[in-house]
Amino acid sequence: MAQLISLMIDDKPVKVPEGTLIVNAAKKVGIDIPVFCYHPKMEPVGMCRMCLVEIGRPQIDRETRKPVLDEQGNPVIQFGPKLETACTTPVSEGMVVMGMSDKVKKGRQDILEFLLTSHPLDCPICDKGGECPLQNLTMEHGPGVSRFLYDEKMHLAKHYPLGDLILLDRERCIQCGRCVRFQDEIVGEPVIGFEQRGRSLQIETFSDPGFDSYYSGNTTDICPVGALTTTDFRFGARPWELKPVASVCSQCPVGCNITYNIRREARAGGRYVIKRVLPRQHEEVNEIWICDKARFAGYQYAESPERLTRPMLRRNGELVESSWDEALQVVAERFKAATGGLVTYAGGRLSNEDLFNLKQLTEGLKGQAILKSSIGGGVLVAQMGVAKGTDLGKLGAGDAILVIASDLQEEAPIWWLRVKQAADRGATLIVVNPRQTRLDRFATHTLRYDYGSETATVLAMINALESKKTRLPDWLAKYRPNRFQTAAAKAFAGAKNGIILFGQEGMDLPRSQELALACANLLFLTDHLGSPNNGLIGVWESANTQGAWDMGFRPSTELKEMFSSARAVYVVAADPAGDDPSLADALEQSEFVVVQELFLTSTARLADVVLPVTAQPEREGTYTTGERRVQRFFPAIPAPGGVIPDYEIAARIGERSGLKMENRAASLVFAQLAARVSDYEGLSYRSLAETHEQWPIIGRDDLYYGGTAYENTQGLGVQLMPSSQKRKIFQVNWQEPPVRVSGKGLLGVPITRLYDRGATVTPSRSLASRVPGPFILVNETTAQKLDMHNDAPVQLMLAGSAYSAMLRVDTAVPESVVLVPRSLGIPLSELQPVDIRVAETTPA
Amino acid sequence: MNLLYEKYAAEIKHILAKYPADQKRSAVMPLLYLAQQEQGYIQKQDLQMIAEILDISATDVGSIVGFYTLYHDHPGGKHRLQVCNDLPCALRGADEFLEKLCENLGVQVGETTPDGLVTIEAVMCLAGCDRAPLFQVQDAEGIRYYENQTVETALQLVEHWRSDGATPAPSPLGLRAGQEKSSTPLPDETVTGLSAEVRDETASDTAATETQETD
Amino acid sequence: MSTFLLLRHREIPNLDQLDVYRQHGGFEAFQKAITTLQPKEVTDEVKASGLRGRGGAGFPTGMKWSFIDNNNWPHYVVANADESEPGTFKDREIMEGNPYQFLEGVMICAYAVQAQSAYIYLRGEFWQLAAELDKRIQALEAAGLLGDNILGTNFSLRLYTHLGAGAYICGEETALLESLEGKLGQPRLRPPFPPSYGLYGKPTIVNNVETLTNVPLIVARGAKWYKTMGTERSPGTKIFSLCGQVNKPGNYELPLGTTFRELIFTHGGGLKDGRKVKAIMPAGASSSIIVATEEALDTPMDYENTQKVGSVLGSASVIVIDDSVSMEWVINKTLHFFKHESCGKCTPCREGTYWMMHISDRISRGQANEEDLETLNDVALNIQGKCLCALGEFSTMAVVTGIERFKSDFELRLAQNANPESPETVLAAVD
Repeated sequence: MAQLISLMIDDKPVKVPEGTLIVNAAKKVGIDIPVFCYHPKMEPVGMCRMCLVEIGRPQIDRETRKPVLDEQGNPVIQFGPKLETACTTPVSEGMVVMGMSDKVKKGRQDILEFLLTSHPLDCPICDKGGECPLQNLTMEHGPGVSRFLYDEKMHLAKHYPLGDLILLDRERCIQCGRCVRFQDEIVGEPVIGFEQRGRSLQIETFSDPGFDSYYSGNTTDICPVGALTTTDFRFGARPWELKPVASVCSQCPVGCNITYNIRREARAGGRYVIKRVLPRQHEEVNEIWICDKARFAGYQYAESPERLTRPMLRRNGELVESSWDEALQVVAERFKAATGGLVTYAGGRLSNEDLFNLKQLTEGLKGQAILKSSIGGGVLVAQMGVAKGTDLGKLGAGDAILVIASDLQEEAPIWWLRVKQAADRGATLIVVNPRQTRLDRFATHTLRYDYGSETATVLAMINALESKKTRLPDWLAKYRPNRFQTAAAKAFAGAKNGIILFGQEGMDLPRSQELALACANLLFLTDHLGSPNNGLIGVWESANTQGAWDMGFRPSTELKEMFSSARAVYVVAADPAGDDPSLADALEQSEFVVVQELFLTSTARLADVVLPVTAQPEREGTYTTGERRVQRFFPAIPAPGGVIPDYEIAARIGERSGLKMENRAASLVFAQLAARVSDYEGLSYRSLAETHEQWPIIGRDDLYYGGTAYENTQGLGVQLMPSSQKRKIFQVNWQEPPVRVSGKGLLGVPITRLYDRGATVTPSRSLASRVPGPFILVNETTAQKLDMHNDAPVQLMLAGSAYSAMLRVDTAVPESVVLVPRSLGIPLSELQPVDIRVAETTPA
Repeated sequence: MNLLYEKYAAEIKHILAKYPADQKRSAVMPLLYLAQQEQGYIQKQDLQMIAEILDISATDVGSIVGFYTLYHDHPGGKHRLQVCNDLPCALRGADEFLEKLCENLGVQVGETTPDGLVTIEAVMCLAGCDRAPLFQVQDAEGIRYYENQTVETALQLVEHWRSDGATPAPSPLGLRAGQEKSSTPLPDETVTGLSAEVRDETASDTAATETQETD
Repeated sequence: MSTFLLLRHREIPNLDQLDVYRQHGGFEAFQKAITTLQPKEVTDEVKASGLRGRGGAGFPTGMKWSFIDNNNWPHYVVANADESEPGTFKDREIMEGNPYQFLEGVMICAYAVQAQSAYIYLRGEFWQLAAELDKRIQALEAAGLLGDNILGTNFSLRLYTHLGAGAYICGEETALLESLEGKLGQPRLRPPFPPSYGLYGKPTIVNNVETLTNVPLIVARGAKWYKTMGTERSPGTKIFSLCGQVNKPGNYELPLGTTFRELIFTHGGGLKDGRKVKAIMPAGASSSIIVATEEALDTPMDYENTQKVGSVLGSASVIVIDDSVSMEWVINKTLHFFKHESCGKCTPCREGTYWMMHISDRISRGQANEEDLETLNDVALNIQGKCLCALGEFSTMAVVTGIERFKSDFELRLAQNANPESPETVLAAVD
């Protein structure tokens, strides 16, 4: 614990740890020192000079080295001749800071006058107007008039596209460099920078493509003027017209806290619509950042005209609209008749309440609750997951993070960011993946393996340990570690805290179950279980996959057989027919198919009954993140008439089938859930809504300090205890991975890309240009062998079917491997031999 | 496929050897000089190639180009003739020198002669204040000084280039080692700054004479 | 006895040849240092000599060396050869004429702080000079004076040149380090200072060329000897770069404390017939402008006394301005310079230099009035005390002192603007 320093700021006594900057010390006692370039998440640079204050320090006697005292016995304070920057100066004992003296006021006025010599006075048409630090500070501290001649102002580009999503207004930019430093310091992708110098200094990109970082939107939150704007919000609304509604992003298992900004619009029939998504502070989850998928895809799907709004029944081979009553009655009757033969297949974007009710219904009818997930290990995560109190933001020197089988930036961008920053703080980062990813640059150890031998790699690392904790099975001996694996294993074992993230790269269900088990054993053998900042994290495909595991849903490798032999299949928030044509065939064979969806998916098209549902921004509920934090989201916009939340549909079907189920409110379902699901015991919507003060303090009146991210007043959620934290004893299971014979030729490998054609991504207007068509990746050698070049249209032959795709050459891909992104039109769900042919026609 | 590296492998290795292995970024300035050498300006693909060699972003490289005045992102003449007209040089007639030189070449400051041979630029202090008027030449040969110049000697240099070396080049007064300091006497007309009208008249009078002489 | 300590090439022909330099005692100091002295003893000797940095700030050199952080390695030495202040051309002459003495200074400094790599950061315009220095460095390597285990000691050292590319700001030591790291040449926050956080974040000594060139003589002949020259608080000689409207501009190496009058008239050959010294800028374009009164001309040029006539010695680049020149024109020139050279990092300098230049341009073009002059002065004052580095401050010096001390030049210009029909009256008024 750092030593505490006492000082006075504007006559208020302050006690803060040594090393605290004056601006932050002031903030802690409610004094706002204006800043533009300083941001509490970044290193101070002292560029804008807005935070100038008068600083006095006790005069020290040269002889005695003690403070000189005046007649009253008080220390004599000496003030320097110049104002000093509060954002770069650390506190010192006995310091006296004056932030409101005439000299300081004059200084602020001068700096503002300088900034306004170049800044246009276009506040009335500026998107930032109303939440603009420069506007607010000018009102508070600025000169009333400008002495600069208006026609000597610089005229610069007003709509300069730095990338597809971010526009720069060069006249408004005040060169604070927050955006540049965010990309460099925080993200580590310096694709925007300053160029030129002096008054010509400007933000520019020379990268190709330009500002295409997955985190680009955050720069618009921290831009203290209207220089950076997003394409979706630009000229869209004025900040004072907007109301904030708290939510949680539904796109990935990180569970970023967000705020929807809504307003009523005539063109929407006088209803509320979402105008933009901003981050909501949760220092243990997403801090004050969100990825561009959250910002640009998180809500636009809800407004899609393609949304289903009426139930549909198949009559004479056609799906026709029906009443809810009729549809529910049909479903209930058929389900009841199918007792013992019902398969409920649910996706991870459903809330805990939905999943709980679906499970109740399925169990009540003696059916099977199947989770849509191509990766396994959720039960292990519940046992061996990161312990309550875990915060990736606290990991640093002495700690270790192992990321295996994951292109983490594509799978969970904010985890990537937080893992990268932990490495920046000195944490040992071990990246284990068959190909180079963006995380490698920050890794302490990089281990490669051939696709399919991820578990073998972990077992070799286990073998490298000299732990005598438990007797290792004899078969383990054949996994001999190489020196890189040994070094990485020892580094992981030696760390104070250790976390393993296992992801989706090249994964299918059996492999990932084996991998999760091996990872859990590595954690066990290295004592990285049961205490905060230790444990296992599954990088799931969906926001609430972990919640689905916790509610009792389990994925299956036998989907085809299950569907074709089921008496009724109940598909909720999933599109198996779209994912895999062979599943479509299986569904055709089943007696009765019900699809509960937002859109008319491929599966819905072949269903007997289609039930339209409420979208996430239209309802309330909870998600459980990959770090097993249960968080609430709230209704932001009204649902279109005719749709019903999933949990309610399930309850109504259950009631009609003779089961007693809760259909009134999500909170009541959650109360039942908390009573029945042991890990969730004691939780309530109220406990999830609790907050405490977070540092840095952001989102209050002084937007200049933290940016436009929202303060979290609606709840920080509750992190669950894994069983390893509740009881310090656990069973170690060993399972020898089966030997799989890999064929010769090209190996198709499923990977994940952030911008895919998922149901909630495709309708995004902002991301439309960034979601690619179907493509596959091979390296140069493979391309040469195939006699194909980059950007060639090809046909991928997979299990007898041909899929059109573009071939892209990527040096990071191993030889004879074909990477196939998921959800981009090619249904590759496991490691599988493929072939590539010249396309007969160019894919559309 | 890094054309820059292929072309200058030995030079690049030599440059990289100057800096610690984990501080390759330090080589960005020497590599930009290398990239600029032949064409006289930096092209967009150079940024990417340098970025690859140094393992930094193309934006990191591009930022440098705009910050420093000796890198150019647009083509200029084959030779850039850069006249210092900062305060000390101007006190010794550099403004008049520059003006007359431009008049004789029929270009404005910043422009290139129609044959693409010379771009005339005004630059800040070159650390040769005692030998004004002076200029530096930046071209494929690098950068070199010409000091204690007159409009005649400067035009002689341009002629030397134009004739592809057939006419003699003026003395650049290069290195000073061991020399007794020579200094330029002040030009006759050193009235500076009092009135724009006065300066303009003086300048155009002399310029007219110059033109006749060179004709 | 000669007074040349630094410009010794003026007396010794071919001093830029290694053998000639060695014949005249070259590298004896370096040899003495690395074979007989502890690093700390070298630093102590330099400290005792009272040598002060010649780059402008006048900070005691030995003290700077003693600040090197010995808990963080490796250490670096960087020679600041970015000489860019308008009116300064001394380092260039040293490096051209007496290069080995400079390099020996770098090497002794490197030994004193136990650096194994030293960089010489030259402004990009010194392209040819850098090539020459590279040859000298090769000669030193060939002679066994650079490389591993020099002269059989444990000390190893390599020197490298690094060319800038046209940016005055890189003369500021932290901007120079940023530039050397391959970044924009923008100054860093200070503290931390380079002796604790310098090149690549490692402890680094940055010294000016002239400063380092003093070092071999101090080590060879002792601090006591060095202190016999110059004044008590500013010992040694100094190269004064004399330029502007004098008959014999050039570098003059003189003891610190020589008067302006002696420099300008005895050495510089005085002014053109009939012209009088109107103003002196003793630290290049960054100077406060001294009114050339008789008293000012008799002021000794050292770090303390120059302040008494309202300026600073800085790098001792003495620009002489005669009575034919209007100060309104002078500050317009300096403002164009500083506006061009502002790095843009901090607000007051970026916006202020741009703004001042605009006002000054309008005054020159006859588009200004009294109010503009007041604004110009006020903008300059508003810049002062608020900038990240000294450049912004420098940009205001000539403006504020020019307006204060030569107000009539500005008033005449404004009057002429008000009455553009009669420029003659204005000229008459000046004469």
